[in-house]
Amino acid sequence: MRENLRVFFVGGYISYRALFNWMHWTHYIPTMLGAPLFQVLFFAYVGRFAQLEDDTFYVTGNAVQLSAMAGVYGMAMTIGGERWTQTLSPLLATPANRLPLFLGRSLPLIANGIITSAFAFCVGALLLDFNLPAGQIPALAVVVVASAFACTSLGLVVGALGLRGRDVFFLANLVVFSLLLFCGVNIPLDSLPGWMQAIGRALPLTHGIEAAREIAAGASLSDVSNLVWTEIGIGVIYAAAGFGLFRLFEFEGRRRASLETI
Amino acid sequence: MSVLRLLWAGWIFHVKSLTLSGFFILTSVLQPIIFASVAYFMFRAGARPGTLLYVALGAGMMGIWSSTLFGSGGAIQWQRWQGTLEYCIAVPPPFLLVIVPLTLATASIGLYSLTATLLWGWIFFDVPMEITHPLAFAVALPVTVLGLGLLGLVLASTFILYRNANALSNLLEFPVWLATGLLVSLSLLPAWVGPISWVLAPTWGINALREAAIAGNPWPEIGMCLLLGAVYLVIGHFALRHFERLARERATLAIA
Repeated sequence: MRENLRVFFVGGYISYRALFNWMHWTHYIPTMLGAPLFQVLFFAYVGRFAQLEDDTFYVTGNAVQLSAMAGVYGMAMTIGGERWTQTLSPLLATPANRLPLFLGRSLPLIANGIITSAFAFCVGALLLDFNLPAGQIPALAVVVVASAFACTSLGLVVGALGLRGRDVFFLANLVVFSLLLFCGVNIPLDSLPGWMQAIGRALPLTHGIEAAREIAAGASLSDVSNLVWTEIGIGVIYAAAGFGLFRLFEFEGRRRASLETI
Repeated sequence: MSVLRLLWAGWIFHVKSLTLSGFFILTSVLQPIIFASVAYFMFRAGARPGTLLYVALGAGMMGIWSSTLFGSGGAIQWQRWQGTLEYCIAVPPPFLLVIVPLTLATASIGLYSLTATLLWGWIFFDVPMEITHPLAFAVALPVTVLGLGLLGLVLASTFILYRNANALSNLLEFPVWLATGLLVSLSLLPAWVGPISWVLAPTWGINALREAAIAGNPWPEIGMCLLLGAVYLVIGHFALRHFERLARERATLAIA
């Protein structure tokens, strides 16, 4: 147990430090804070021009969606990056339990997603017509944490597929962009065709965004508890699927000697 | 004549090379289709009438900008990583003539975006495809690509001075989409954005395409695109010379 906790916390911390070594602050700020700032502004202005919804709709949708960016890209970089730098084989040769090994790597990314999301909400409050009563912030924070967890779980699936696929970053980009389309980030979910709504409901973010919008409109955490638990449940399912795929591809990678094929 | 041959051969080579890149297929086809779909749904559900062709052209142009931004922004860095930068500089023709076909190719690849978003919109969202001034549209399209390609030259020659060119590219995608009015009327933006949008070729390019496709007189916008292209060429020329001199002085040409 103690070994697993050490792998979870120390391994996760070191992995995150390594991520930051590759990802210097001169890369972090434009990518994780600069681009989100302009994403929120862009969709809010497109929404104004299309005369669809008010700023609160876009600020909330995009701020919660931005928690996905760190989770999906981060997990893809964590696993895909190990492959790219040829460190995956030594890592998988260790006897460490795989569950804490990779879940530990996800914890800092969840925190990263929360920071990006919080920054996007601040941008909305400072530059757009978005007002959130201070009393609603804790409930919103819970929703953002749940969404960041669910998106990082999706990132685990992407990262696991990176063990088999050749270009994990292509897949990560595709997944993040698809979340924009299917999860009601900028389009009211009921404006989408039924089959797209069905896909959206099976993805992380959709329920989290819905809960966040209700909280921004004045609902309490207990009012949206069903949505939050659904979001967490979806996250758990993706985490389990990601871990299962990871073990499967690890086994396959050993059998086919393809772990470090890039 | 040899200059034209060099530009043509370089352009063909880079278009073929970029077409084989999964990343460029993503940025020039899949990403624009996803963003176009988001925009179609937003405008279809919104209250503003008659804007789908306007949106389709804007979404296609977003793809051209992304392709130019990521392709040209990292152009010199890529040559470094591939170990071909020294050869590009050592060959007898000026470095400018070696890089320009590459930046033009990244903008040309963006034509996949425009084609994809227009076809996507026509097939799935009933976007009307009647072009009011076909001749003007046929002129506006290559001129816009030329304008963006030469803007790409400025990106290529200035981003190289910044260590994390990719991060700068990530940062500049949304603001230029916004400031050049690709999906938003510029009149909605704060007044100080106006002068920024005037010096960016996508502003004039998208206006030229819209005026040619929907209604109006696109020729002044086409002229502005050409004028800005000439200015970018001059800026790119001096910026590249500066980069080349610094790289030779400090012996940093091959340092990735």
